[in-house]
Amino acid sequence: MLAPPRADPTEQVLQSRGGDDGQSGRHVKDVAMTVLLAVVMLATLAVLGWVLVYVAAQGLKYLGPTFFTQNPPGNPSQAGGGFENGIIGSLIIVGMATLFSVPIGVAAAVAIIEYGGRFAAATGFVADVLVGLPSIVIGAFVYVLWVTRFGFSGVAGSIALAIIMLPLIVRATAEMLRLVPVALREAAASLGISRARTIVSVVLPSARAGITTGVMLAVARAMGETAPLLLTALGNQLFVVTNPTKPISTLSLEIFNNAITGFQAAQARAWAGALTLILIVLILFVAARLIGWRLAVTRS
Amino acid sequence: MASPAAVSDLPTDHLRGRVGYADRLFKATMFAAAGIVLLVLLCTAAFLIDQGWPALRHYGFFSFLTSSRWAPSDATPKGTHPNPYGILQFAYGTAVTSLIGMVIALPVAVAVALFITEVAPAWMRRPLSYAVDLLAAIPSVVYGFWGIFALLPALHPIVNFLISTLGRIPGVGAVFAGPFFGVSYFAAGLVLAIMVLPIVTAIFREVFATTPIDEKEAARALGLTRWEMLRTALLPRSRSGIVGAGILGLGRAFGETIAVTMVIGNSVLAITTSIFGQGATMSSVIANEFTEAVEPFHLQSLFVVAFWLLVITFVVNVAGRLVVRRTRAGLA
Amino acid sequence: MRLKFSGVVAGALGLAVALAGCGSTSNVSSTTAAAPSGAANVSFGSANQKLCSSSVNTTPNYKNTIGTVSGGASAISGAGSTFAAPMYSDWASAYDKASGVAVAYASIGSGGGVAAIQAETLNFGDSDSGMTPADISAAKGGPILQIPLLLGAVVPTYNLPGIPAGLKFTGNVLGEIFAGKITNWDDPALKALNPGVKLPNMPIAVAHRSDGSGTTNIFTNYLTQTSPTWVSKLGGPSKSTGLTVAWPVGIGGKGNEGVSAVVGQTKGALGYLESDYAISEHLTYGQVENKSGNFIEPCIPSIIPAVDGVTFPPSLNTFLTNGSNANVYPIVGTTYALVYEHQTSRAIAAGLVNFFSWVLSTGQNSNASLYYAPLGSSLQALALAQLKKITVNGQPVAS
Repeated sequence: MLAPPRADPTEQVLQSRGGDDGQSGRHVKDVAMTVLLAVVMLATLAVLGWVLVYVAAQGLKYLGPTFFTQNPPGNPSQAGGGFENGIIGSLIIVGMATLFSVPIGVAAAVAIIEYGGRFAAATGFVADVLVGLPSIVIGAFVYVLWVTRFGFSGVAGSIALAIIMLPLIVRATAEMLRLVPVALREAAASLGISRARTIVSVVLPSARAGITTGVMLAVARAMGETAPLLLTALGNQLFVVTNPTKPISTLSLEIFNNAITGFQAAQARAWAGALTLILIVLILFVAARLIGWRLAVTRS
Repeated sequence: MASPAAVSDLPTDHLRGRVGYADRLFKATMFAAAGIVLLVLLCTAAFLIDQGWPALRHYGFFSFLTSSRWAPSDATPKGTHPNPYGILQFAYGTAVTSLIGMVIALPVAVAVALFITEVAPAWMRRPLSYAVDLLAAIPSVVYGFWGIFALLPALHPIVNFLISTLGRIPGVGAVFAGPFFGVSYFAAGLVLAIMVLPIVTAIFREVFATTPIDEKEAARALGLTRWEMLRTALLPRSRSGIVGAGILGLGRAFGETIAVTMVIGNSVLAITTSIFGQGATMSSVIANEFTEAVEPFHLQSLFVVAFWLLVITFVVNVAGRLVVRRTRAGLA
Repeated sequence: MRLKFSGVVAGALGLAVALAGCGSTSNVSSTTAAAPSGAANVSFGSANQKLCSSSVNTTPNYKNTIGTVSGGASAISGAGSTFAAPMYSDWASAYDKASGVAVAYASIGSGGGVAAIQAETLNFGDSDSGMTPADISAAKGGPILQIPLLLGAVVPTYNLPGIPAGLKFTGNVLGEIFAGKITNWDDPALKALNPGVKLPNMPIAVAHRSDGSGTTNIFTNYLTQTSPTWVSKLGGPSKSTGLTVAWPVGIGGKGNEGVSAVVGQTKGALGYLESDYAISEHLTYGQVENKSGNFIEPCIPSIIPAVDGVTFPPSLNTFLTNGSNANVYPIVGTTYALVYEHQTSRAIAAGLVNFFSWVLSTGQNSNASLYYAPLGSSLQALALAQLKKITVNGQPVAS
């Protein structure tokens, strides 16, 4: 590890930059910077730990089996009750949003990657931009599109979430389609198989795992969305609603509504809800990463 | 991350038979889906401006941007001047909270990305990136809730110290003036910093990973320490990528709603100069008032806010994407 | 696989195109629909304590002169005031036990309650401030009846460690605090009102509603009557009272729940809350000076006299603030159930008549359990008379 004792021009430049103490000074600086980077890394992990542990500690105080089988009490200051209405509502709304967004997102990615052209390229760029669109703006859009005509409803909420999921799915799918070897497509073409059939039975199946990962991450994102639902699904604090043309509550809305009250009973419910939501998101996240990881292993 | 190039026009295409009806229908379907993606963006802009139009026509297009007083109760069906729906303070709140967030998040993200890509042993890299990505998976409403109960109490001693030191400096002191009640621009900025950190870090990781390995090795072969290599070979090459990531992070911060609404204090009337004061952002005012907007032109004015928010985030995102894309193209 | 996939794609595309078409985007009214939302003992003022501990009849056993109408719906839904939400919750569960009829009530704020009934999205709305003729003319379903259901107090609530409940406020001091003129708890004006209390040198964190609120309407109406500073700061009496006002200072909370959260979490905070929200979260609240110059603690005996000497207009829509009785707490309001006079469904109409006639009779006996007061016999009779106006196809539902 000793530097060779010779007068290299680069070395001189570095020494003059490093100051009078030369080699040791440079290495001290190197170590100091490495330590600094490690400290920042640790601090970041500490914040993550702080959030997770705090939510878990607060949530576990109240979380129990009845949390999933009861609705919140009509008077928010009362103790007891759970978020059954929100959990079922989340499943309905996110489920419908997935049904809307996955076919469109995958198809759009097929147009972008498999067919190409200027229009497709523009779509790809717009999808990138859509990812950055504020969710509240999407909520306002769906309000005009749907709520002003048909009222607040689960359908409106699921359209808003579908728009949020759409660009995520387009991007994930496009990325996966690009990884499918061109040789596969060429082989199919040389057998005289039409392009549509090649895409449906060769290209998409080989990208399936990657697309699934992308969809799961998009679902995780949709699960936690709150702002656009305030303007679309509206919520129903009192009972389980399964009719998607009626206002429906979600887990995120229940957390929000209970969290912003001054009632300790309501806050206890909100913490339990927050823990539930984080667990759902975590499971989706880990499962998606596992699929992604297995994919990487099999490919390499 | 980027939309990858298409793999159309295979050299073997001529081997296929005539393109059939089903094939064309399939292609048309795929492009219709792509069209929906475009349509969403266009319709959003069109719908918002359409909804805001009565207010824009009533009060004048620019009157919203020249006033910082938002007082729906002052609105009457007839009166046009002064515009009771000034939105400058919301733009200010959005800008200030996002800037606070980025000032904190950018250096941290650079450090974290450098640590993961250049310092950490290989086995640690994947778990560390997952952990940072996990920060992005935690829902906004949870951050807001955690912010109220865990972050705000912890901030009090720090902020009171800042108020008694920085707050005493003539001039600049106004920015750090008390009193501090917890909910504030500063609290919102901190929460935003945590929320944009994983997004910005992910882009940095990608940008750093594109620096050719042989250049890094060459730098090390010259006898440079790791830090010198990072500073001379890696960071200068990544400069525009860092700028692009910063812009994209800013775009994300601009649009964040629920967490900010919960910790910013929801004061809508005027610009508060102190970062420890309460305010509102463009997104928080929409979330707060949208479903209860009963005063004349109230709802329409909220659509005006949403429209401007769309314009700002669109411009920022396009700029960020272009910069990041150029970096990538230059490195490829 | 192939067939299935393209089928799904085509189906979803058809739906999405139908949804996303940039078709007609106009004809959206500004009044849309509803929104989601949501004690300590007095240690000073002996005369006052005597007043609050005096026994009053809180179970008046008002007679239900309407009785139960047959053919009522088994479920009705409403939304609105957060001020009255705890009471609705109590009434609904008792009524469910008594009659088997489910009444769903969502606590979304009075602004939302008015919007909901105007848009006919629910069977009834509820607001703490009556609807103006303009509000009613904007309703889809014609004239709206306003039925007062309870009397309640809006109380100044504060978070001052070490200071007990019962701090004295005048209307003008409250007005100056909410106008941003008094900014610290050791202000001479507050000290003069509260000799012997060690008020801390602590900035006042003003807490107010961020949504449209009848509680705000009641509170600002009192400030407008008593504080010239408040009125001039807000730019005149028309702007200084309402469901929303342009708050010069403070932290906004959504609903009574949200304001109680801000007060509970912020040291030095002063907000205004419906008394049940303050009491159930053990927040401390003060006494307020009434028209006769007495400082009065909010409690049922001091709320009941609020209707004394009030002449109600035919709509029953009026303010009950700053009452003339010497022992009345000055910031009192009611909440109005909002019901269409001309109903389209006989079952819903009968359900509404049955529920509200029960609330106005048997239901009044439980008001006191949540620190609301019963209406008083004269206002109760006027309220029942409103219910008798409800018709279906021109035929009155209650006879």
